[in-house]
Amino acid sequence: MDIPIPQTVFYLFSFIMVAAAIMVITVRNPVYAALFLVLTFFSAAAIWLLLEAEFLAIVLVVVYVGAVMVLFLFVVMMLDINLAPLKEGFVSYLPVGIAVALLMAAEMLVVVWTRDRFGPEIYPVPAAAEAGTSNTAALGELLYTNFLLPFEIAGVILLVAIVSAVTLTLRKRSGVRSQSPSHQVRVKRDERVRLVDIASESPDGRSD
Amino acid sequence: MREQLLIAAPELWVLLMACVVMTVDVFTSRERRGIIHLLVMLTLMFAAIITLRGDYHSGGTWAVTAFSETFIRDPMSDVLKLFSFAVMALVYTYAKHYLRHFGLYRGDFYTLTLFALLGVMFLISANSLITVYLGLELLSLSSYALVAFNRESKRGSESAMKYFVLGSMASGLLLYGMSMVYGATGSLELQTISETIRNGREGDVLLVFGLVFLVAGVAFKLGLAPFHMWVPDVYHGAPAAVTLFISTVPKLAAFAMAFRLLHSAMGPLHADWQQMLVLLALLSLAVGNFAAIMQTNIKRMLAYSTVSHMGFVLLGLLPASAEGFGAAMFYVIAYALMSAAAFGVLILLSADGVEAENLDDFKGLNHRNSWYAAIMAMVMFSMAGVPVFIGFFAKWLVIKAAIDAGLIVLAVAAVVFSVIGAFYYLRVIKLMYFDDPLNDKAIEAPVDFGAAISLNGILMLGLGLFSSSLIAICMASFSYL
Repeated sequence: MDIPIPQTVFYLFSFIMVAAAIMVITVRNPVYAALFLVLTFFSAAAIWLLLEAEFLAIVLVVVYVGAVMVLFLFVVMMLDINLAPLKEGFVSYLPVGIAVALLMAAEMLVVVWTRDRFGPEIYPVPAAAEAGTSNTAALGELLYTNFLLPFEIAGVILLVAIVSAVTLTLRKRSGVRSQSPSHQVRVKRDERVRLVDIASESPDGRSD
Repeated sequence: MREQLLIAAPELWVLLMACVVMTVDVFTSRERRGIIHLLVMLTLMFAAIITLRGDYHSGGTWAVTAFSETFIRDPMSDVLKLFSFAVMALVYTYAKHYLRHFGLYRGDFYTLTLFALLGVMFLISANSLITVYLGLELLSLSSYALVAFNRESKRGSESAMKYFVLGSMASGLLLYGMSMVYGATGSLELQTISETIRNGREGDVLLVFGLVFLVAGVAFKLGLAPFHMWVPDVYHGAPAAVTLFISTVPKLAAFAMAFRLLHSAMGPLHADWQQMLVLLALLSLAVGNFAAIMQTNIKRMLAYSTVSHMGFVLLGLLPASAEGFGAAMFYVIAYALMSAAAFGVLILLSADGVEAENLDDFKGLNHRNSWYAAIMAMVMFSMAGVPVFIGFFAKWLVIKAAIDAGLIVLAVAAVVFSVIGAFYYLRVIKLMYFDDPLNDKAIEAPVDFGAAISLNGILMLGLGLFSSSLIAICMASFSYL
């Protein structure tokens, strides 16, 4: 029997991805949830590789799996999260939630499921890129030419994120020990070091 | 490249000055924060001058694009930007008084609002799905932080959280819709999308599927029922100075976004989105007006009144004609001015570290200060749509546009609901003129505040009496359709 490899890989990873995504929101322990999110990202990266978007796949692994999620795990572990209030009302909201979710899924399936609207006949698979095509170079070229303005706006958005974070968290409170760099730089030797004359001692313990 | 930079000169100027303000703020002591205020006012003034000096205005219809078609400058964008600057100047003048009063007079308010203004400008001038999304995110992110600006206020943080969660979901919906549209048409640029659809893709269900999500995203940003849940909570929870901002300038951007997405990009699917908008408009008019009647908190009342006003804006968008878009544009501009004045008076009444936010605070305002009571009365008359005030002409134009498009039932409903809505606007006037004041404290305001609010109040009447020129400007913005 002939097994098509791309399809097999796609179904394998998308199954893992969906399953892991469901676990993220259902699992009780937030640390497990974060780890399942890592698995979700990882499977998504694999699917991106399948789409010949190597750069995005690597960035997803390096940035999200490597940096963001590790940071997230730190936060989850450091915060003392009380799980009980988070689960409150879960059961009572569940029927409504499931009903709405099923309704939406059904509506979306009506549109998407039919092959003549959304199948490979209408949106054919693009031809594979030649060997040696650099995904990263192509992305970089587009980013700095056609998408220059969006790229810059994205930069401004990051700046706003920094300003917002500082606005929301920086506050002057009394009784908090903090560094004062300008004071540290201006410090003089005399304030830190006191030279004391001590009489030297002879080897046998007697002072001269 | 130089020409392209010149096309986007107002944006670049505001971006530059936002960074300058941020830097100057670090080196300014608390007592000399007036410098920042002055700097921001100058920024707005020069931004307006730069916008006006763009020499594209020759000839009736023009539109220039820059940065590989991701940015567009046309008559609508210039007019909306100029009004954004003007309304921002009012916002800053009112906000300064409030911030001083509540110990929130910090430079980050100015930085964040300038970045939000930048987002508004990019959104107004967006010509590609990605610029629409990024402009929207720039505006939203700044707004989330601004809502939580008063860190001592628990309600502020709570409403900021709600705003953030709901806003992120709306962005998600919008992005999902955009990805569908991109998948179906293979382009991010609005005109190309519209052309691709026109060339034989009108019946594509996938496009309609994406359109549903686009409409949901737009409805959230405009605050239309049933996507209006965040509006009352955010208006109520945010400091009045921030509510003042959120209820004015972003609405101008949301209108531009609706126009760009629904007409520039999805214009050929007009028949599909018209049905959706009719429902949204009816719901907004009903929910907004009925819920507003039940409020005792004026911030919540004005929030629900926003919902109904945005329903009226939709009436103008529905026909997809030049007259309709012009009417809707006139409506949002009028609404931004009315809302600025209403929150200005609200800030004026705040005293002793307590925000005036209940209807009772307006009791007997006429006895305390008859001029400010008169201004508030003009604003309320205008919002209710009483003739000679600007709000009347705004309502009249959008209803006329709806009737011209054959949407008689909707137009009748709009009239009925505006009559119902008049109740809660007139109630404020009744409280001000016929009830006894709860306290006799004199109302004090700095000179610039008094001048700005007087001008703003007089504009309610003045722009009503001489509305024809502003209406002509709005109509001319869409004359190419």
